Amino acid sequence: MAQGNNSIKKILIVAFSLCIVCSVIVSTAAVALRPMQQLNQELDRKTNILNVARLYEPGMDVEEAFREQIVARVVELESGDYTDEFDPDTFDGFDAARDPATGRTLSGGRDIAGLSRVENYATVYLVGDEDDPEQIVVPIRGQGLWGLMRGFLAVEGDGNTIVSITYYEHSETPGLGAEVNNPRWQAQWEGKEIYDEEGNLTPAIHLTKGGASGEHEVDALSGATLTSNGVTNMLQFWLSEEGFGPYLAKFRSGTEPEDAEDTETDFEDVEGA
Amino acid sequence: MADVNAKGVLTAPIFKNNPIALQILGICSALAVTTSMSVSLVMALAVIFVTAFSNLFVSLIRNHIPSSIRIIVQMTIIASLVIVVDQILKAYAYEMSKQLSVFVGLIITNCIVMGRAEGFAMTNTPGMSFLDGVGNGIGYGFVLMVVGFFRELLGAGSVFGFTILPTVQDGGWYVPNGLLLLPPSAFFIIGLMIWVIRAVNPEQVEDNEFKMKQNTKPQEAV
Repeated sequence: MAQGNNSIKKILIVAFSLCIVCSVIVSTAAVALRPMQQLNQELDRKTNILNVARLYEPGMDVEEAFREQIVARVVELESGDYTDEFDPDTFDGFDAARDPATGRTLSGGRDIAGLSRVENYATVYLVGDEDDPEQIVVPIRGQGLWGLMRGFLAVEGDGNTIVSITYYEHSETPGLGAEVNNPRWQAQWEGKEIYDEEGNLTPAIHLTKGGASGEHEVDALSGATLTSNGVTNMLQFWLSEEGFGPYLAKFRSGTEPEDAEDTETDFEDVEGA
Repeated sequence: MADVNAKGVLTAPIFKNNPIALQILGICSALAVTTSMSVSLVMALAVIFVTAFSNLFVSLIRNHIPSSIRIIVQMTIIASLVIVVDQILKAYAYEMSKQLSVFVGLIITNCIVMGRAEGFAMTNTPGMSFLDGVGNGIGYGFVLMVVGFFRELLGAGSVFGFTILPTVQDGGWYVPNGLLLLPPSAFFIIGLMIWVIRAVNPEQVEDNEFKMKQNTKPQEAV
């Protein structure tokens, strides 16, 4: 090695030019590949939505199927009505939860899913006719054993009968908690009912150990008690008053959620279909 | 590795001087990413890419690196390469990058990459350094693939995602060994591998660091 390498001038020159070169390389890669990455994420999300709605077949054109069969809408959770304040294609519940304008802090006993902050609006995906959907896909998330689990729950147009559940992001133990994405386990959800009686906003659906019986119970994952608790808790949370309870209640009673323009309609006054 | 020649540099790290089996480097990522073979393969390719190019670039500027900041210079080069790999995976192998998650980023801290940059590339020509990086990457990848093979086969009954032993969960007969899906099982497999490699190449067996004394005779207390 050359002698002059350890002069302060040389050290500064080497450090500085190295930083410039490396930052150019890194930012070029990041900028050049971003459109591709966003496309991937988008495709992944759409695939998951189609999957949970039982519309996905391997090799299908996801973009086209999504465009033809699914309508995204943003729901104001508290009232259960649609809103046009946000663009459903770009609205992100996770970001909205952190923004003081669109999210709120959950405290103590109300935070059963371990979220600490939750959004006031959420994107739902309607399968089939927008006004009388065959299925409603809602996003759910909550703490599992090792970290946050994010997924989708598909509910039939009656707002009560479950079609399927899927998780697109989780860090549960492979072979135990990660079995949430085992098709055999997911198949058990079909036909289960969320609520036990009409007008009740507290979900009855839960996981149970040792053989599920009845329409509100699903077998827990063996060897993964804490993941199972996490799944129960996040369903209890997202399907209650705090989450999609008011929204789904409108489908249960047969009234459709209002569009953004018409507000203050008490759905109980409308004749049930 | 007294004499540096292309073939030796490329092949020695695979068996003779394997970074995991002999030098016991890079164990942590070998535990984490070997639950399935396809993930192991992608991780191995990523590490081969990073070791090869970090060696190349470090070697190219080796005569200009001030010795007082050489570790930082090497780290910066390695970190930049790892970020590029991570970005490429996210763009072209999204599913895979989701499974590898944080472990691609952790290649930065993989001792093999750093060890080759400091131990080889700083004193050798760019061409040799590149080959050395490829060789060590392959050596690392080889161990990963072997560990991944056993863990996936015995833990999930499949190889590269293709079912070999139909598991009970899917209506077959094989009861998968859940332990093999958990990180500690990689310790057992790597341990057994080191045993086999050292049995074939006895010169790898290290000398005892100290000699055990013969048991002293018990004496009755007076």
